[in-house]
Amino acid sequence: MKIVDDLPPALSALDRPNSYIGRSVPRPNLERLTQGRGQYVSDVTLPRMVHVAFVRSPHAHARIRSIAIEAAKQAPGVIAVVPGAELAKVMTPWVGVLTHLKGIKSAPQYPVAVDRACWQGEAVCAVVAKTRAQAEDAAELVEVEYEELPAVTDAETALDAGTPVIHPELGDNLTFERKHEAGDADKGFAEADEVVETTFVFGRHTGVTNEPRAIVADWNPGEQRLTVYHGTQAPHMMQNLFAKHLDIAEHQVRVMTKDVGGSFGIKVHTYADEMATVALSKLLKRPVKFVADRLESFVTDIHARDHRVKAKIGVKRDGTITAWEIDDLTGIGPYSVYPRTSGIEANQIVNLTGGPYTSPNYRARARVVFQNKNVMCQYRAVGHPIATAVTEGLVDLAAVRIGMDPVEIRRKNLIPDDAYPASGPSGIKFELLSHHAALEKIVGMMEYPTLRAEQARLRQQGIYRGIGFASFVEVTNPSAAFYGVGGARITSQDGATVRLDAQGAVICHTGVTEQGQGAEAVMAQVVATAFGVPIERVRIVTGDTDNTPYGGGTWASRAAGIGGEAGWQAAKALRANVLAVAGSILQAKPEALDIRGGVVVDAATGSERIGLDEVARIAYFRPDTLPPGFQAELMATRHYVPRAWAFAFTNGIQASWLEVDPDSGFVTLLRHWCVEDCGTVINPQLVDEQIRGGVVQGIGAALFEHCRYDARGQLLNGNMADYLVPMAAEMPDIEVGHVVSPTADSELGAKGAGEAGTAGAPGSVMNAVNDALRPLGARPITEMPMTPEVVLRALGRI
Amino acid sequence: MSERLVDIAVTVNGELVRESVEARKTLVDFLRDDLGLTGSHVGCEHGVCGACTVRLDGVVVRGCLTLAAQCDGARVDTIEGVSDSGEIADLQDAFRRRNALQCGYCTPGMLLTAQELLKESAKPTREKIREHLSGNYCRCTGYQSIVDAVEAVARARGQA
Repeated sequence: MKIVDDLPPALSALDRPNSYIGRSVPRPNLERLTQGRGQYVSDVTLPRMVHVAFVRSPHAHARIRSIAIEAAKQAPGVIAVVPGAELAKVMTPWVGVLTHLKGIKSAPQYPVAVDRACWQGEAVCAVVAKTRAQAEDAAELVEVEYEELPAVTDAETALDAGTPVIHPELGDNLTFERKHEAGDADKGFAEADEVVETTFVFGRHTGVTNEPRAIVADWNPGEQRLTVYHGTQAPHMMQNLFAKHLDIAEHQVRVMTKDVGGSFGIKVHTYADEMATVALSKLLKRPVKFVADRLESFVTDIHARDHRVKAKIGVKRDGTITAWEIDDLTGIGPYSVYPRTSGIEANQIVNLTGGPYTSPNYRARARVVFQNKNVMCQYRAVGHPIATAVTEGLVDLAAVRIGMDPVEIRRKNLIPDDAYPASGPSGIKFELLSHHAALEKIVGMMEYPTLRAEQARLRQQGIYRGIGFASFVEVTNPSAAFYGVGGARITSQDGATVRLDAQGAVICHTGVTEQGQGAEAVMAQVVATAFGVPIERVRIVTGDTDNTPYGGGTWASRAAGIGGEAGWQAAKALRANVLAVAGSILQAKPEALDIRGGVVVDAATGSERIGLDEVARIAYFRPDTLPPGFQAELMATRHYVPRAWAFAFTNGIQASWLEVDPDSGFVTLLRHWCVEDCGTVINPQLVDEQIRGGVVQGIGAALFEHCRYDARGQLLNGNMADYLVPMAAEMPDIEVGHVVSPTADSELGAKGAGEAGTAGAPGSVMNAVNDALRPLGARPITEMPMTPEVVLRALGRI
Repeated sequence: MSERLVDIAVTVNGELVRESVEARKTLVDFLRDDLGLTGSHVGCEHGVCGACTVRLDGVVVRGCLTLAAQCDGARVDTIEGVSDSGEIADLQDAFRRRNALQCGYCTPGMLLTAQELLKESAKPTREKIREHLSGNYCRCTGYQSIVDAVEAVARARGQA
C-alpha cells in the first residue's frame, strides 16, 4: 500500500461546493505530535506543584490495623502523609450503581482505603513530596500493619454459601443479575436437528495506554476554584464528580484535557487515586500531580472482560438457526466502578448476542459478581468482543456439525438487507444494517474460493491454515438510554460553538474530546464544509469545561456521529448569520448568497461578492455602517442528541487467515479483512485507521493479553515484560472495506467506527484457529487468549 | 534518603548542558524534568515500550534504562533536536499524511527508531520494518500505517 492510495475520493453525498466530507484530509494536530510538542498531562508542571505516590496493599483482602507514618513524614522533601481516614474528611465516597440496571448494588468506595483493602494494589496511604522520587522513597517508610482476610477470587464460587461475602452489608457477592427471554427458546431448541453446547472463557486483560493515567489538581483557595489537568475522555463528567465529592459547585471546577496518550475506555472512569489527588490538592492548597507508573497501571487501571459464558445454539439441517441461549458469569473486582458501573458489559452481552441473525428465540442470563481482584469495567467495544465471539463461535460449530460452509450458514441466517427496520434476538432495534452486502464484499476481497483451495493444497503439505469469520453489530451514537436514564450525570447530547474571527477564520469549540482518533479533524471537516471555508481556516478547541459547550466527550463511538452533527448544525447556523450580515452590507437577499471557499458568493452564479475578512471587519470594527437596528451575530451554538433511535447500530464482518504450528502451538497471522458500515464516512483514512487499530487491540485479546491472577488474588504478570501486547512484528496487514448505510437520525448520517475492529477480531481469529486445527482432530478452542499452551492442549499434545 | 549528586556535561541537541544529577536519575527523567524536553515520553520505565527512545552518541537507546550520570561527555539527540534540524522532516511528513499516529505518545520514539533503520538499510522490506520497530509499542494504530509511512520514505529517499 502506498500513501497515495489513502488519498481522497473527491466528493460525497453531502455535497456542498468544496466538500470535505468523504475526504482523507490529514489531522490538524499531527505536526506538533510528530515534533514532540504535544501537551500531555504527564508534561504539565505548575508553580508549587508537588507529587503524590501511594502505598498500595500487597494483599488481595486485608484489614488495615494500623498505619505508622512518622518515619515517612521525616523523609526528605515530604509535604504530607495522608491515610484514608484523613482524606475521607475532604472527599465523600461514591457508589457505582445506576437505576436502570435493576438491582445492581455496590459498596461505598473511598479515595484511599479507610480500614480495609479489597484488592492487591488498592491505595492505603498517600505520600506527598516535592518530587515523585522523594514521595516513593517516603512511601517505603510507611508501615502498615495488615490482618489478611480470606480472598474471594474465583467467580465460579463467589456466590457459593461457603464463600465469604466481601461487603457483608450487601448480603452476598452478587453485583447484578439480568435474565432475558425472547421468543420461545425451548420450542426453538426442540425444533432443532442439532444442538451445540459449549463454554467460552475470556481472560481478563487491560488497556495498557501508552501514557499512563495522569492528573494534576490545583485547588486555589483565593478564587475557591479547582483546576484539573486530566487525561480523561469525559471532562464534563469529571467536573461533575469532582464537584460532587468535594461538595462544591460545578462552576468551581475546571477540567482541562489537551493531549491524551491513549484512552480506549480506560480513561472514562473514576479512579480512587485520581480522586485522592484532587482531595489532596484541596487539603494542601497547592497543585498535586499523580502519574501512574506502569506497575501501578496494571493493578489499578480497569481490567476488562473476564467472562465465562455457557452457550447453546439450535440449528436445523438446512442451516436455519432456531434458538440461542447464554449464561454469562463475570467477576468485576470488589467495587462496581463509578459512575458507569461494572454491570454494563454483561448487560451488553445479553443485548448483543445473536445480534446479526434472524432467529427470535433467545434465552439469556448474566451474573456479575464481586471478587478481590482489581476492578473491572468498560473498555473499548464493551461487551461486543464477547457477544461476537460467542455468537460466531456457535455459528461455526453449528456449521461444522451440519457440514455447511461458514459463509453459507451466514448467508442463510443474517438479517436480510431489505428487512429494516428490524430487531435482533434480544429485541435491540436496528435502523438500517447491511450484513449481506458486507459478507459478499469481504468474500470478494479475500477471494474466498481461492483461499479455500490454497488451504486444502497446503494441508497436503502438512501446513495448517485456517479461515475464520465474524459478523457483528456495534453500538454507536448512544442516546440517554445508555447512562442518563439510569441517573448518571453523563450527557449523551453534545454541543458545538462556531465563531467568525476578525479575519474571517472560524473557531469551533466542541464538547467532544480528542484522544488521537481524529475528532478534531472530523470537526474541522464538518465545519469547513457546512460553513464554506478552506479547512486551514478552521481551528478546533476541545477539552476545557470553561470554554467548550457542555458535552459527553469521547466514548461509545459518539464523537463523529453526535459531536460532528452538532458542529454541522452550528456551522450552518453561523453561515446563515454571516450571510445576513453580508446581505445587509451588499443590500442583497441573504438567500441569494452563499459562502464558498471562504468567500461570500452569488449563490446562482458563484461569482465573488465580498470576502469573509471584509464581512468580519465591518461587523466588528464598523458596525456603525450597518443599517439601523441590524445586529451582526457572528457566533452560533447548536446541540445534538439522537432522538429517533436509542443507538445507531452499525454492522460489519471480519475475516482472519492464519497458520497454526501444531508442534509449537504458535499462531501466525497472515492476513485480516474487515468490512464495516458506519454510515456516512467523513474521513476514510481515519475510519480505516480506527478499524485497524481496533482489530489489533482485538487480536491482542485473542492471542496474547491476560492479567493472570493466582488463587490468593495476586497479579502474576503485572508488567510489560510478562504481559504481552501486540507489537509490530506479529501483526498482519489489514484490508478494510466499507458499505455505507447512513442514519436518518442526523443530516450527516454518520455512525461511529471506533470499536468495530475490537468487536469482531477475537471471534474471527478464534474461528480461524479452529478451522486450521480441525483436520488434526483438535477439540474446538473456546478460550482466550489462545496461547500456545491452549492450542497444544486442544490438540491433546500436552 | 540523600542521593549522591553527579556532575555531568552533556551535549543535548547540540547545546552543552552542565548539571548535577542524582546518581539514580534516568536519562529520560533528566531530559523531561531538568531540561523540559518533554517530547521523550515515559511509558513503562522498564525498557519494553520504547516511548522514551532517544539517541546517545548516535545510537538509539532506551531513556529509561540509561542513567543521566552515564551520559557525561556524550551527545544526546531527542525528538526536539531532530525536528528542529530537519533531519527527519520527510518521515514526519509521511507519518502525518499516512495518519501513522493517533495519540502521538509513541511517535517520537517510533520516528527515531525508524530513522535508525533507514540509515542502516536503504530498501527495507515490510517484514524488516516491522521487525525493527518491534521494540516500540503503539496501542492506537495497529502498526500498518507506520510501516506504510516508513516504507514510503525509504522509497522516496532511495530515489532522491
